[in-house]
Amino acid sequence: MRSLIVRDILLAVRAGGGFGLALAFFLIVVVLVPFGVGPDTSVLGILAPGVLWVGALLACLLSLDRIFAIDREDGSLDLLATAPIPLEGLVAAKAVAHWVTTGLPLALSAPIFGLLLNLAPGGYLWLTVTLLVGTPALSMIGAFGAALTVGLKRGGLLLSLLVLPLYIPTLIFGADVVRRGAEGLDVGPGLALLAGVTAGSVAILPFAAAAALRVNLR
Amino acid sequence: MILNVQDVACARGGVRILEAVSFSVAAGEAIVLRGPNGIGKSTLLRTLAGLQPPEEGRIEAPEDGLAYAGHLDGLKAVLSVRENLRFWADVFGTGDIAEALEAFDLEELADRPAQNLSAGQKRRLGLARLVVTGRPVWLLDEPTVSLDAASTDLFRTLVVRHLSEGGAAVIATHIELGVTGETLDLAPFRARPSEDGGSGAFDEAFA
Repeated sequence: MRSLIVRDILLAVRAGGGFGLALAFFLIVVVLVPFGVGPDTSVLGILAPGVLWVGALLACLLSLDRIFAIDREDGSLDLLATAPIPLEGLVAAKAVAHWVTTGLPLALSAPIFGLLLNLAPGGYLWLTVTLLVGTPALSMIGAFGAALTVGLKRGGLLLSLLVLPLYIPTLIFGADVVRRGAEGLDVGPGLALLAGVTAGSVAILPFAAAAALRVNLR
Repeated sequence: MILNVQDVACARGGVRILEAVSFSVAAGEAIVLRGPNGIGKSTLLRTLAGLQPPEEGRIEAPEDGLAYAGHLDGLKAVLSVRENLRFWADVFGTGDIAEALEAFDLEELADRPAQNLSAGQKRRLGLARLVVTGRPVWLLDEPTVSLDAASTDLFRTLVVRHLSEGGAAVIATHIELGVTGETLDLAPFRARPSEDGGSGAFDEAFA
């Protein structure tokens, strides 16, 4: 499984846009918002937690359709399915690789983007913390969606429609914790629920995604 | 018997195409599948490989003993020949890729990215993967496509050596490989059209 994670990360880096693509997309979204709503810093400060989380969510979505589609196109998926790795492990490894190339760099660089949106000083720590806690769920849910749509020629749009509603709990709790953190309020319950969504996704979805892959391999 | 197939029926796209297929392969034996296009050679191989369940019948094979090579080689364009093989060796837990490189004369290409290989070279790399799987039963779907005569010879030598080491192979091919083994013509196993005019097949696709 480790070799699979290493390979996927290597592929993301070699093929270009591995770490950079999601980050650049995030940057563009964050830069566009002030153009849209105007440069009033107090308005931006109010919008910042929500915009940062929605931006992170969309950046995550960007590379989801490649999780299994490329492996299916070149035949690797068939070969991996006959390899001594359980499909559940394959899904988990793919989700980890996706998280390392998108969620992790997003979480680490998010404070810089927060600055662009005039996020209140108390929010920076919680922005990074919520993204670190919440983005694994985004990658795992995304891997599940990618497994469901792997057999479709143009599954990317359908994948977005399937996956985005499932992102709502993570978005609500993630953005809420950042907002409360920025206002200096208690963040405990929100953070616990966010972590709960992630833990639940990581525990259940590899099995669901593996079942979807088995059907799509036929 | 290393691979035992009994009364297997298999379907493609929800339509049953083969039924009552029975054969067995012992260690050191190869079996060559023949039949016209669309008869179900690939489907049968995918069923044997466990990529789809048989509609009926039983397949007895050693657990984790099958290595499947389909029409696509599963190569990553941006990885070098060596990295591609190394990955599969790690996944299958074997580790040594020198033998595989040598078997298909890939040493000189080892550091070239797979995207810069010719079709025949890619195929050789795809087949070299079989060596690093270290598995006894090879399921090969048209293995010699885009191979030249010299590479086909390399492949033949490899299969013969694999068999002599106690391995087995099921090979779907249209050419005369020259590998000693039984030939199984799939034409007699073609599934009879179902009496309800195929609507059952439609339901099945959505089952």
